[in-house]
Amino acid sequence: MQRKVNQKAWFLVLPVFLLVAFSAVIPLMTVVNYSVQDSFGNNEFFWVGSEWFVEILNSDRFHDALGRQLLFSGIILAIEIPLGIWVALSMPRRGWGASVCLVLMALPLLIPWNVVGTIWQIFARADIGLLGHTLAAMGIDYNYTQSSLSAWITVIVMDVWHWTSLVVLLCYAGLCSIPDAYYQAAKIDGASRWAVFRYIQLPKMQRVLLIAVLLRFMDSFMIYTEPFVVTGGGPGNATTFLSIDLVKMAIGQFDLGPAAAFSLVYFLIVLLLSWVFYTVMTARDGAEA
Amino acid sequence: MDLAWMGWTPFTATFFSVIACLLVVMMVWEKLSPGGAPRFGMLRFETTRGDRLFVTLLSSAFIHLGWLFFGGTDLWWALGLSVLYALAVFRWV
Repeated sequence: MQRKVNQKAWFLVLPVFLLVAFSAVIPLMTVVNYSVQDSFGNNEFFWVGSEWFVEILNSDRFHDALGRQLLFSGIILAIEIPLGIWVALSMPRRGWGASVCLVLMALPLLIPWNVVGTIWQIFARADIGLLGHTLAAMGIDYNYTQSSLSAWITVIVMDVWHWTSLVVLLCYAGLCSIPDAYYQAAKIDGASRWAVFRYIQLPKMQRVLLIAVLLRFMDSFMIYTEPFVVTGGGPGNATTFLSIDLVKMAIGQFDLGPAAAFSLVYFLIVLLLSWVFYTVMTARDGAEA
Repeated sequence: MDLAWMGWTPFTATFFSVIACLLVVMMVWEKLSPGGAPRFGMLRFETTRGDRLFVTLLSSAFIHLGWLFFGGTDLWWALGLSVLYALAVFRWV
């Protein structure tokens, strides 16, 4: 007997569809419209064609910000993914210790972005901050307002502190879903700790790791609030990432046309890299099916 | 409703109309031939026709950006190249 599909279910999706239309599709259409025009306000627009795209694609400012952004995301993924796996592997699976660890891991995720930025801005200050003052007392030349290296280290450590928990929680969920029978079989076979990780835990975590990598990549590639609060993009332009540069262009300089072209190129890069990550990490599933 | 703030132009309206038409065509295609026609193409991973449209549109955007960066501002060539690319993707990917 053939099942009849209930088309009325589409009405349940309608509110979400309308919400996405107003919050994403209409703004995106507006950005596309602005990217081919010049505007000085008052809803007056002047057609410029592809001029802003040419300007952005050939701009050293854009190239530099993109380079910094790729470097930042690469460092973040290289630190947070292995660290998150390691912490998840070290956490207890049962008992009160598991609950305590889960609550502790969830805490950084509950703090708003601008509060995280403010905490680290004060914490890392060389004059009154615990971290900055301690490092200065130890004779380490650390000042995130004057040194590019210090600013980068501060922003990276802050992001690791804020977001490694997400990777930990996702990996922990993946590890908890592995049946005990796998570990018992490995024990009977005399598998080493590394073999258990490589052939049982890592494959079983593959799906949650995909989500973790995608979320952390997209979020780190679009990071704005925390570095803006801590360094404001400085010293100089040392921590001016794409989103900070974009806001400077759109709101600081009110260059709506170039900022719209910048946004679209930025959006396409995020889309491409996310698709590549997703495809590479799910390709094995398709091949095995 | 005043939509002057959106800054519509005939060219961008045409662009979005084409995208909307493509989505409608894909919906009709799916209705006529359900299942998305999954297959393993030359990229060695499974794609449905929706995936192939996504790859085509994303790649076309980069073809146009690449053309602007290397070739100049005459985008008709980039559009032609994108159409050829789309045919290749739907045939071999």
